Amino acid sequence: MQQERLLQHRILPVVTILFIIVAVWYVAAVFMNTPFQRDLDRRGNVTSTPMDFIERTLSQPKPVLPAPHQVASNVFENTFLRRVTSNRSLVYHSWVTLSSTAVGFTLGTLLGILIAVGIVHVKALDRSLMPWIIASQTVPILAIAPMVIVVLAAVNVTGLIPKALISTYLSFFPVAVGMVKGLRSPELIQLDLMCTYHASAAQTFWKLRVPASIPFLFTSMKVAIAASLVGAIVGELPTGAVAGIGSKLLAGSYYSQTIDIWAALIAGSVLAAILVTIVGVVAKIVDLAMGGRPA
Amino acid sequence: MNAIFRSWQGALAFLLCLAALISLPLLTADAPSPFSIGTLALIFALTIGTALISFTSPPAPLLAAILFVGPHLATWFLISGLAGYEGKATMAFFLLIAACWLLAWRCVAVLSDMHPKLKGGDTFLRLLIPAIFGAWILILWEAITRGAGIPFILLPPPSAIGARIAGSVATLWADVQQTIFKAVLFGYIVGCASGFIVAILADRIAFLRRGLLPIGNMVSALPIIGVAPIMVMWFGFDWQSKAAVVIIMTFFPMLVNTVAGLGAAGAMEQDLMRSYASDYWQTLIKLRLPAAMPFIFNALKINSTLALIGAIVAEFFGTPIVGMGFRISTEIGRMNVDMVWAEIAVAAVVGSFFYGVVALAERATTFWHPSNRGG
Repeated sequence: MQQERLLQHRILPVVTILFIIVAVWYVAAVFMNTPFQRDLDRRGNVTSTPMDFIERTLSQPKPVLPAPHQVASNVFENTFLRRVTSNRSLVYHSWVTLSSTAVGFTLGTLLGILIAVGIVHVKALDRSLMPWIIASQTVPILAIAPMVIVVLAAVNVTGLIPKALISTYLSFFPVAVGMVKGLRSPELIQLDLMCTYHASAAQTFWKLRVPASIPFLFTSMKVAIAASLVGAIVGELPTGAVAGIGSKLLAGSYYSQTIDIWAALIAGSVLAAILVTIVGVVAKIVDLAMGGRPA
Repeated sequence: MNAIFRSWQGALAFLLCLAALISLPLLTADAPSPFSIGTLALIFALTIGTALISFTSPPAPLLAAILFVGPHLATWFLISGLAGYEGKATMAFFLLIAACWLLAWRCVAVLSDMHPKLKGGDTFLRLLIPAIFGAWILILWEAITRGAGIPFILLPPPSAIGARIAGSVATLWADVQQTIFKAVLFGYIVGCASGFIVAILADRIAFLRRGLLPIGNMVSALPIIGVAPIMVMWFGFDWQSKAAVVIIMTFFPMLVNTVAGLGAAGAMEQDLMRSYASDYWQTLIKLRLPAAMPFIFNALKINSTLALIGAIVAEFFGTPIVGMGFRISTEIGRMNVDMVWAEIAVAAVVGSFFYGVVALAERATTFWHPSNRGG
C-alpha cells in the first residue's frame, strides 16, 4: 500500500516531468538545428524525406542544441571507455575539479565554524563582523576569481590552491551563518539548566551548543558543497586552466564543441548530486550515532 | 589590576607603543626623515594617552569618543607621513599601527556594551560599529601594502583603487549600464516573474508540483553557471545572452521558494477563508500570497546576488567591448590591476545596493512578520 503511494505520489510525477523535458529537448533540438541542416542540404543538393531530415538534424557533429542521445553517448564514451588518465576523459576532469572542491570545502567549513564560534562568544565580533559577512555575499565574489588566480600565479602559487581559495570564499558563508544559528539554538531554559549544573563556558559549549548545532551544520554544508563546486568550476575558467570541468567548458565554447559542453555540464551536475548525497548520508549517519530517532 | 584586565587591548597597545619607542625610527635610514619630532611626539602622545585612558572608567560615551578619536587621528598621521616613502616602513611603524588597531577594537567593545535609550542612537551604533570594522580593513590594507611596499600588481592600496574609480567614472558607468541595467535587470525580472508564475501553476496542479519540486531542488544545487557558454552561442555576444543566463539562474530559487511559501499559510486560516466561501483566487491573493511573502523575498534576495554573478561570469565567454566581466578579464591581461579592483568595488557597491533595495521592500511588505517586528 505504502509502496503504491510512493510510486504514485513521488516517482510517477517526477518521471513524467523528466519525460516531458526530454521530449521538449528533442523537439527543440530538431527546430534549432534545422536552419543549419537545411543550408547544408541545399549546398550538397540532398533531398530527403522529412524522417531522414529529422534524423540528420539530430546527428550533426557540432549542433546548436545537441540531442539527448548525443550527449548521453558522449558522456558514456568519455567516462567509461577512456583511460582515466587521458585528458579527454571526463573522470579525469571531474577528479581535478573535485580535488579543489574538496580542499576548498574543507577550508571553508573550518573557517565558517571558526567565525561562528567567534561571533557567538565575542560580543564585539558579533556586532562588527556579522553585517560584513552578509555584505560579503552581496558582492559577486566570483568576479574576483580571475583576480585571485592571477595574483597568486604572480607569487608562484598555481594549480590547486587558488581554485580552492575561491571555493573557500564561497562556502564559508553558509556554514558561518548556519552555525551561528545552530550554536544559538539551545533555548534559554536549557542554558539555565547548564547554569544550575555550574557548567563552565567550555562545558556548555561542548555539551550543549555543539550537539544542538549539528543539524544546522549539515544543512549548511549541503549548500556549501554545492557552492564550492561552482567556485572550483568558475576558478578554472579564466586563466586557461589545463584541466577540470571549467576548462572543458571554456575549450568547448572556443571550438564550438557543443556536445562536449553539454557533456561537461552533465559531469558537473552528476558531481554535484553525488557530493550533496554524500553530505546527506553522513548527516544521517551522524544523526543516528548521536541517538536521533527516524522522523 | 582589574582595569588592566578589562581593557587588555589597551594594555597590549601600551606594550606595543613601548616596543615601538625602542625600535624607532619609523622609516628606514635611507629615507630623509619625513616625520618631524613634533608629529612623532603627537602620535605617541595620542596612542599612549588613549591606552592609559582606556584603563579608567569615565562615562561610556566619553570613553568611546576618546577611543574613537585618538587611534584614528594617530593612524591618519602615520599613513599620511608614508607618502613618497612606500616600502620603507620599519618595525616601529607596524607596531604603532597594531597598537592603534587594538585601541579601535577596545572602542568597538565599549560601543557594543552601550545601550542607548533613544531609538536613533541604537541605529547609529548599529551602523557605526560595522563601519569602524570596515574602515580598519581598509586601513590595515593601506598600511601593509604601502608600508611594506607590496608590488602594485599583487595588491594595489585602496587609495590607488579609489583614485582609479574617480579617474575613470565614464568607463565604469558604461560597464554598469551594459551589465546591470541591460542584462541583470531584464534577466532578474523575467527570471523571477516566470519562476513565480510556474510556482502558481504548480500550486494549482498537484501533479506538476510533485514532479517539479524534486527536480527544482536538485537543479538548485547544480552549477548552472555552466550554461553560460551555451547561451552565448545561442543568443550572441550582446546582453541578451547574459540576460538568458540570469533568467535560468534566478528561475529555480524563485520556483522552489514560492512553492514552499504557498504552503506556509496555516490550516486554520485556510478553513476560515473556506467558511467565507472565498474561491481559489481570493484565498490566494488575500491569504496565501501575503503568507508566502517572506519566502518570496528570500528568493529575491538570493537571486539579487546570483543575477550579478551570472551576468559577470557570462561575460567571460564573450562580449561586445563593454561590460564589467569583459573589463575584468581584459584588464587582468593588461596587468591593470587597479582597474580590476575598481570594477570589483563598483560591483560590490551595486550588489549591496540591489540587496538593500530588496531588503527595504521586504520590510515594507512583511512588516507583520515576527522577524521584522523587533524584540
